[in-house]
Amino acid sequence: MADDKNKKELTRKERMQLPRQKMPEQKPEDRVRNFNEVPLGLTPELAIEEANRCIACPKPKCVSGCPVEVDIPGFIKLVQEGHFSAAARKIKETNALPAICGRVCPQDEQCEAVCVLTKKYQSVGIGNLERFVADWEREHDEITIPKLAPATGKKAAVVGAGPAGLTVAADLALLGHKVTIFEALHKAGGVLVYGIPEFRLPKAIVAKEVNYLEQLGVEINTSFVVGKLDTIDELLEQDFDSVFIGTGAGLPNFMRIEGENLKGVYSANEYLTRSNLMRGYAFPDYDTPIFSGKSVAVLGGGNTAMDSVRTAKRLGADKAMIVYRRSRTEMPARTEEIHHAEQEGIEFHLLTNPVRFIGDDDGWLTHMECVKMELGEPDSSGRRRPVVIEGSNFLVAVDTVVVAIGNSSNPLIPQTTPGLETNRWGNITVDERTMMSSRPGVFAGGDIVTGGATVILAAGAGKVAARAMHRFMMGLPLIDPEEEKQRLEEEEKAKRKAEAEEKAGKASK
Amino acid sequence: MYKIVDKIELCPKIWRYRIEAPKLVGKAKAGQFVILRKDEVGERVPMSIGGLDKENGILTIVIQEVGKTSASMNRDMKTGDSFLDVVGPLGLPSHVEKFGRCICIGGGVGIPPIYPIAQALKDAGNQVETIIGARTKDLLIYEEELQGASDILHIATDDGSFGTHGFVTTVLEKLMQDGTPIDFIMAIGPVPMMRAIAETTRPHKINTWVSLNPIMVDGTGMCGACRVSVGGKTKFACVDGPDFDAHLVDFDEMTSRLKMYHKQEKVSYNHYLEKCKCGDH
Repeated sequence: MADDKNKKELTRKERMQLPRQKMPEQKPEDRVRNFNEVPLGLTPELAIEEANRCIACPKPKCVSGCPVEVDIPGFIKLVQEGHFSAAARKIKETNALPAICGRVCPQDEQCEAVCVLTKKYQSVGIGNLERFVADWEREHDEITIPKLAPATGKKAAVVGAGPAGLTVAADLALLGHKVTIFEALHKAGGVLVYGIPEFRLPKAIVAKEVNYLEQLGVEINTSFVVGKLDTIDELLEQDFDSVFIGTGAGLPNFMRIEGENLKGVYSANEYLTRSNLMRGYAFPDYDTPIFSGKSVAVLGGGNTAMDSVRTAKRLGADKAMIVYRRSRTEMPARTEEIHHAEQEGIEFHLLTNPVRFIGDDDGWLTHMECVKMELGEPDSSGRRRPVVIEGSNFLVAVDTVVVAIGNSSNPLIPQTTPGLETNRWGNITVDERTMMSSRPGVFAGGDIVTGGATVILAAGAGKVAARAMHRFMMGLPLIDPEEEKQRLEEEEKAKRKAEAEEKAGKASK
Repeated sequence: MYKIVDKIELCPKIWRYRIEAPKLVGKAKAGQFVILRKDEVGERVPMSIGGLDKENGILTIVIQEVGKTSASMNRDMKTGDSFLDVVGPLGLPSHVEKFGRCICIGGGVGIPPIYPIAQALKDAGNQVETIIGARTKDLLIYEEELQGASDILHIATDDGSFGTHGFVTTVLEKLMQDGTPIDFIMAIGPVPMMRAIAETTRPHKINTWVSLNPIMVDGTGMCGACRVSVGGKTKFACVDGPDFDAHLVDFDEMTSRLKMYHKQEKVSYNHYLEKCKCGDH
């Protein structure tokens, strides 16, 4: 790196004028024929160039924009210096899953949204850099196992090997506890393996992350359904000192309209599980079939809907459609996924909702009857409520429908754990400061608490839970008195600031 | 884990596996099922529990060859081999209480799962009569087991080569007319058989339950592949079942949904048969 000396002397102004480095990607016409990753990854040159755009703010907003508060300026500085594996290790001080988060986090709503460069220029490509360093460390076999704290003699059970559970397990293992994960499916990863497609998150990467956990001494029991084989209480009786429930939002929502049980109508969970976890896209080399026709409609506007419709395209659909009842601005999917979908020729039928499915005499789906919608007043989620335009019914010819309208909590654990409080949607209620449930020693986090959300939020909940579980098992007060004092002081400060601003606002009127 | 302790052919194309699974067997109850996976490329397939040896921790599964997965299990696996994954116990156990006079009905490969249920009903103090049916004498299985678990055993064969010449419904109709009321019926077998039993008992309002076998993927209620209409509502057979009130089940819809992968199943099966070059034996 001959230019190193020069680059180190870049002024702030020079840095701000560096353009954002474009992520190399597979061309749309190629990638709709394969399940390989769409973004190909930055090269070391592009990575350093991108890292040089960071102006190292004295009060970095990006850190608080990150749900787990990764030391972003810290890792970016290491990238600037060409110390890529060290940068990965820096991230791993707070986030155990950088290869995954770099690919699936909605950075444009988190760290990159608050980057100071966002308004006038383009944010630093934090996500692309995170992915780059994690991939570098893995590909160059430079993954190191950090030194574990001395063994505490305590045992923790983690139910579910998804992002929340994996994060809890990693953090507790580093603190010297013996951790056992119980996973219902035959592979660890949760949504990372069954939900997110290969072209967004290669399963080999998830396997590597899981393997890292095993190297930390975490035991993973797959094909173990807690609630059927052992209940939470039975685990506690087997001298686990604490339990974390990270079972996810695994109960598919259906539209509950006529014809939903016709052949060709899938829940997104089934469609994606067949394609991703069971490798249905490689049938008959893999035994599990998937039916994906020529005219596919996916209902919904989130990441799951994008994943489903882009899978349909790759499985040979001539017409792959998104049918969503609100408008483009309300779509919760990651911006990059919507963009990639558009490039791949996905049709977006917005402000449209199905009212029934129609089939032929053999029970196969042939059509969907839809109505047009318009946006009215906001509902409880803050988004404008869609209202039916009466008489606007029309038919769409479809042979496959994938219902991707969200998931509710799988009731198995609440039903088999007496005293475990849930809210009226079946989500486990927890103290947000500790993630502990109504049962002492039983913690929960991720989609089972929040309803369907994101990988990074689940990981964030996992971090909070692990910290509290550690304190619980070691007999310490769950909330550090010093931390609590600080938190209350900051809350007071913020409250007083808001009151002062309000007063000033009133006075100026 | 999940080692095959012994594997024997009960009759052409139907094999009985006894599998080491102590923890699962310890927890399992009659009426529940497991999901098996043979190897890395294999499907997840649901199988009814055909026997629970609680003392030795041995699970009995009976598999009939109907396609690639069952063929590769029956033809390629040997005693001493292991299944890659066995998940369970799944589903709700059969509802067992002192009903009074119970008729257990098993058809074809539905006969083995009737065995633990008949046993459980007998242990609960019921009068248990069992009807088993097969196309022909050579395809009758579990006679000895069910003789032991039932107070009376009736046999029917389509071709009359053994027992009553007719279907299990033929025998059932006779029992329904013998003067003693029937308090509970549990039937497991091919869908047309379970449907026929439902129609036979419907006019007499006899409490009739069936164990449904829709296509499944995860088996824990996460995917909805196994959804069936029961009493006009959508239920998941893997978490709400597999047993349901026979008079409320939409058998037409279930029959239709079972055919969803016929084309792919043929492709897979033919592919396997060509590769093994052993033809049909």
